[in-house]
Amino acid sequence: MHRLELRIGPVSFRIGSAWQRPLDQLRRLYAGYPPAETPCDFTVRLEPARPWRRFVRPSLTITGDYWLPDTAPLPLSLGLLAAEMGMNLQMALGQRRYLLLHAAAVEREGRAVLMTGLSGAGKSTLAALLGERGWRFMGDEFALLGLDDGLLHAFPRAVSLKNEALPLFAGVVAERLGPLLEGTPKGTIRHLRPDREAIMRMDEPARPVLILFPRFGADLASAVRPVGAAEVFVRLTQASTNYVALAERGFAALTGLVTAVPGRAIDYANGGEAVALVETLWEETR
Amino acid sequence: MAGPRFVADPPEAVRTVAIETLTALYHRPSGTTHILAPPAPQILEALAGRPGDADALLRRMEERFDLASDDAPNAVAARLAELEAAGLVRRA
Repeated sequence: MHRLELRIGPVSFRIGSAWQRPLDQLRRLYAGYPPAETPCDFTVRLEPARPWRRFVRPSLTITGDYWLPDTAPLPLSLGLLAAEMGMNLQMALGQRRYLLLHAAAVEREGRAVLMTGLSGAGKSTLAALLGERGWRFMGDEFALLGLDDGLLHAFPRAVSLKNEALPLFAGVVAERLGPLLEGTPKGTIRHLRPDREAIMRMDEPARPVLILFPRFGADLASAVRPVGAAEVFVRLTQASTNYVALAERGFAALTGLVTAVPGRAIDYANGGEAVALVETLWEETR
Repeated sequence: MAGPRFVADPPEAVRTVAIETLTALYHRPSGTTHILAPPAPQILEALAGRPGDADALLRRMEERFDLASDDAPNAVAARLAELEAAGLVRRA
């Protein structure tokens, strides 16, 4: 079994793989990240779906401390994606130190914007775009809300850029991009390493000042609507994978967040509009 | 009108936070979260550790709140049924 240890924000992962290649890709993608803290929080393993599948049309399954039955095996060519999915799975099923919100986050001047919404709403792309335009990228998949401090803690994993988002990042240096992964369950994907600032400052938490529910649609007119705190509360309980498991601590953290931080829904048709909306709304929270 | 008597958990069994006009309630015995609209939180307060039937409940609420509607008995009965279904009040 080949091994790699990796720390992303406050979470250390140990990744084991029956093949070297996915780990080489992961090592390259996460170049510059700090060393893992041992013992690691979570273990991910990429193993052959059947013993002979290590060699014949190699296909892998994701296991680890936490795993889901009946996950379809992936071809070895998507090993990097499998490792990323494995890390997500451990966080979604096992994280207990923070309230885990399925949300992206960016920060400027110590004041963070949380962006949540259904898959495909564009939060990942939007967070990555902001990360290239002067904001500190804190994560595109999971936002970690401190149970005691109410602060957002960064989890700046590589961004998974999908299909139509890829051309928006054509200008970034090639060494920050992972391999082009075609034929994934979500179409074509390419990972983007967050910029240097996001990695250097990953241990700095930030105070949340705005909760956004972005909605991307080519035909949508640019729009902003307030979202009431009770609705934000309900939507965030649904966007959290560990709200129920954290019991009263989760309740306290989430009610603390929604009673202090305003919520807005934003519609946008392109990245430029979205960045402008976020910047205007963020200014208004001062 | 004598009817069934109801009781809610005592104050230490719940944690509530006002969110706009609503109340988020964490129910410690079950570990569940509820979002309540008035007068549900007031009903729970009036029955917290003090069993009473619908009439007693109405009297307690009238002492403390201005029940503006003539239809208050029906509204309170309907909310009581919902709170019983949610497991926040039970028959005493």
